[in-house]
Amino acid sequence: MGDILTADQQDDAPATAAKQGGGSDATAKTVTINRPRQDIYDFWSDFSNLAQVMDNVVSIETMDHRRSHWTVRAPGGSIVEWTSLVTEDRPGELIAWMSEEGADVPNSGRIEFRDAPGGRGTWVTATILYDPPAGIIGKVIAKMFQREPHIQARRDLRRLKQLMETGEIATAARTKAQYEEEQN
Amino acid sequence: MRALTWHGKHDVRVETVDDPEIINPRDAIIKITSTAICGSDLHLYDGYIPTMQKGDILGHEFMGEVVEVGAKSTLKKGQRVVVPFTISCGGCFHCEKHQYSACENGLPAENQEIAQTLYGHPMAGLFGYSHMTGGYAGGQAEYVRVPFSDVGPIVIPEGVDDDKVLFLSDILPTGWMAAENADIEPGDTVAVWGCGPVGLFAVQSAFLMGAERVIAIDHFPHRLELARRFGAETINFEESKTYDALMEMTGGIGPDACIDSVGLEAHGLFADNVVDQIKVSTFMGTDRAHSIRQAIIACRKGGRVSMPAVYGGFVDKFPLGAFMEKDLTLKTGQTHVQHYMPALLNAIMEDKVDTTFLISHRLPLEQAAEGYRMFHDKQNEVTKIVLKPGMDQAQAA
Repeated sequence: MGDILTADQQDDAPATAAKQGGGSDATAKTVTINRPRQDIYDFWSDFSNLAQVMDNVVSIETMDHRRSHWTVRAPGGSIVEWTSLVTEDRPGELIAWMSEEGADVPNSGRIEFRDAPGGRGTWVTATILYDPPAGIIGKVIAKMFQREPHIQARRDLRRLKQLMETGEIATAARTKAQYEEEQN
Repeated sequence: MRALTWHGKHDVRVETVDDPEIINPRDAIIKITSTAICGSDLHLYDGYIPTMQKGDILGHEFMGEVVEVGAKSTLKKGQRVVVPFTISCGGCFHCEKHQYSACENGLPAENQEIAQTLYGHPMAGLFGYSHMTGGYAGGQAEYVRVPFSDVGPIVIPEGVDDDKVLFLSDILPTGWMAAENADIEPGDTVAVWGCGPVGLFAVQSAFLMGAERVIAIDHFPHRLELARRFGAETINFEESKTYDALMEMTGGIGPDACIDSVGLEAHGLFADNVVDQIKVSTFMGTDRAHSIRQAIIACRKGGRVSMPAVYGGFVDKFPLGAFMEKDLTLKTGQTHVQHYMPALLNAIMEDKVDTTFLISHRLPLEQAAEGYRMFHDKQNEVTKIVLKPGMDQAQAA
């Protein structure tokens, strides 16, 4: 999995926009965050921070400056794991990664940070590509990761935005017990 | 604690539920001293608003005493505060522009998809008003969890009665913003559809902003009488035909600005309204929109239409031709409550705005279900019900 976006298009809509007639297997979404590019890059570059904003992630352990181990909840109470390797890191601009050999769900992705026009902070674009294994388990996993992948990516980016802009992630929970239930 | 919960159309109950707790660092817990039933709560009561769940706690007009604060709240225990009905973060692009009801972070991420699909964008969270607006528990209860408590609640000076300031939470800023959206110029005639609380505050606000005449339209004699007390002229649409009356009262020009504070439950036996009701009841449409149609048709050429009224979905037969041909401007939106609260608190303290005239009934929280029934069935006499959780049943008046 190399560059997951293609440049084969006839208008100025970004490759991350939904296309007529479907198309790309990649999930990509852009959100504007009212904070400087470097702040958001700094948050993201410590992968252990990401479990806070991502659904289904149980833990992300940093192994060294390029590798992190991901543990993710899958349907039916099972757990899938992989080790992720940073393949490109441009401070303040971009981080790209792909899973190492032996991943339960091979995947790759990149997150890009660009100055938003008009001084509105930063455009953050996340592109994620999952390559689920074959077979029945693979189908279940595929369903989990790709049933509504655009919505999932958008939700994760929204939580990132909330945390960066407000210092917390919005919840309607009234009690701590309700909050715990939401987190699991 | 005790709280008023929703169970279905015309079925609300006061029940015992778990007390709220501090969840996020900017939260505060407020012990409610006064909480009102809003006209828009009747949309929930009548089952017009989707994404309600059994057990949801209602109420978005409330005030009380700070009893607990999160690590990053700027409030202090013991302070008395009025809480805006909109849940807004204060830090996003829209909040920085004081467009608080368009806040991007007020809704939990998982509640943002419905509005994204229906409206194109998610809006601010609201207290006690369905899961589309966040699923936050409301304030018709003994206690409430208030997120972003460093941005929303306004601290009330010692010795000021709840009844004087409670309506800063919603209807006073909503009426004020409605008049502001009408871009009133000196000499203007302003017509206001609906003399509920928002309409009556719009009448007061329009005069304060320099309107020469305000014409108030309703069919409840008592509500028209309240409008008349503020200097408005009135049209009872059961007596007179609204369009004809407006033309005769303005020499054929039409009102310079029209404010629709009725919204999706417009009453009256007008042909379009009957069709709307059939469509709503058969799920072919969601909004009954007689008042906004009439406002557009009556408005003078080049005039302004302001729409504080709540609409939730789609309307049929919107007079787009009249809107275009007559060169009208339409302004609307959920209220940016946080923006208006400080100046309106000052206006109350200086006796420029009167709010207490509105309250017709004060009830203990335990009688909230009865309050909903009264408000729903007797709109002439019941102009506003304030629930007081601390009130003795015997004190009810």
